[in-house]
Amino acid sequence: MSAESNTAEKGRAGLRRQIKLPMSKAIEIAFKSIKIRFWRSVITAAGIFLGIAFFTSVRMSGEFSMIQRKVIEAKRDAIAAGTLKPTPNDIRQVNSLATDQADAKAAEMRLKWLSIMALIVCTVGIANSMLMSVTERYKEIGTMKCLGALDGLVVKLFFIEASFLGFFSSVIGFVLGWLVISLIRLATDGVEVFGLAFWIASVKLLGLSVLVGTVLTFIATILPAMRAAQMPPAAALRVEI
Amino acid sequence: MRANEYVVRTKDLVKEYTMGDQTLKALNGVNLDVFKGEYISIMGPSGSGKSTLFNAIGGLDKPSSGSVFINDVDMAQLDAQELAYLRCHTIGYIFQTFNLIPVMTALENVTLPTVFAGMSTDDGIERGIELLNLVGLGERLHHKPSELSGGQQQRVAIARSLANNPSIILADEPTGNLDLNTGKEIIELLKRLNREQGVTIISATHDLKMLDVSDRIVWIRDGRIAKIEDRKDIDIRIGEMEGQGELH
Repeated sequence: MSAESNTAEKGRAGLRRQIKLPMSKAIEIAFKSIKIRFWRSVITAAGIFLGIAFFTSVRMSGEFSMIQRKVIEAKRDAIAAGTLKPTPNDIRQVNSLATDQADAKAAEMRLKWLSIMALIVCTVGIANSMLMSVTERYKEIGTMKCLGALDGLVVKLFFIEASFLGFFSSVIGFVLGWLVISLIRLATDGVEVFGLAFWIASVKLLGLSVLVGTVLTFIATILPAMRAAQMPPAAALRVEI
Repeated sequence: MRANEYVVRTKDLVKEYTMGDQTLKALNGVNLDVFKGEYISIMGPSGSGKSTLFNAIGGLDKPSSGSVFINDVDMAQLDAQELAYLRCHTIGYIFQTFNLIPVMTALENVTLPTVFAGMSTDDGIERGIELLNLVGLGERLHHKPSELSGGQQQRVAIARSLANNPSIILADEPTGNLDLNTGKEIIELLKRLNREQGVTIISATHDLKMLDVSDRIVWIRDGRIAKIEDRKDIDIRIGEMEGQGELH
């Protein structure tokens, strides 16, 4: 193929629409990109999963306190109804329930506050690691655009990468936070709080943590990626880190 | 000369940059016609507007006013998709800093434009190997840029620029980061591609070694074309120029 025949067919009319990159190919590139910079990806992922692990652990310990209260309340009712023969430990628990009413309210407030703090820390952590990982790739984005990539394609690649990283890091983060708190509770309170309520709370929190982690990662990646993709390639290439 | 013999034409090209309250004219009315199959060097000191002209011709930056025609198509009339198509198929870019994707192997770098062009993976790889052989890197297909010397990286970049059979190769200071001999090799490679493949080469440079292979030399100063010279007119002076070239 000579340049001459090319030039002739590439008049105004010959400027065909850019062929869309198939999703399978985009996924392949995005995964390759995560794989090739594996350790960088691990560090980025660490930012996400530590944030989510912290968030999960705070929420989970809150759930445990609530479950425990319910368990003790149930015991109190059972004792009052005469269906449970109380052990000394049960009596101690029920008594503390009565005296701790005011404390419990304060503890609940503290927990809410902690949850919010956890969410903020987690947001900042994720935003920071994702912003870094996109910013250091401005030049790459500029180069890709020089090679004929459309803005949408660049964003799509980052979208796939972010969704994947966000989802799996959040799951790992949840498991980490959940496991640590559950083991601590198992050691201190025994098996009585690990009933149905525990599993329901766990599944709900899994959903919430993964949602929070994925959405935050997604936002923190897509916004800078879009900004870079919309720049003229010359400007993106000029950016020095 | 018929109009379609021009591969690139610029008309009253102006590019302004605003720095604080000052407006700097990096390009100040550039009119340039490039013929098909030409090897043209844009010479000038740094800050003269070479790179700005490069970016404007390559569609990497929008000029403030004036137009760039590539194969008689006004680039300002193109939408984002058509512009991407143009960058993908019609123009190949070579940069001073090579701009390879660091995490990809030589072959993957060369194959990337074929992916954007919608070529199948097998065809793309075949094309990539063919091109890397052409630039003399057939033995280093699976090396990452960090495992290659500067000259080798620039060869990969040249192979990449050819991936989709462009009619124009735009080179911005292609020898700027290379030593004298490596630079010479790269210039010879570009000249060979120009001769054998008939690809038009437009190179912004201040490397005087480039004079030897160029069909025409465009001298830029302060955002304007100072003069355009045919090589045959300056042949006599090359000897003395090369002395200066060595000092670079």
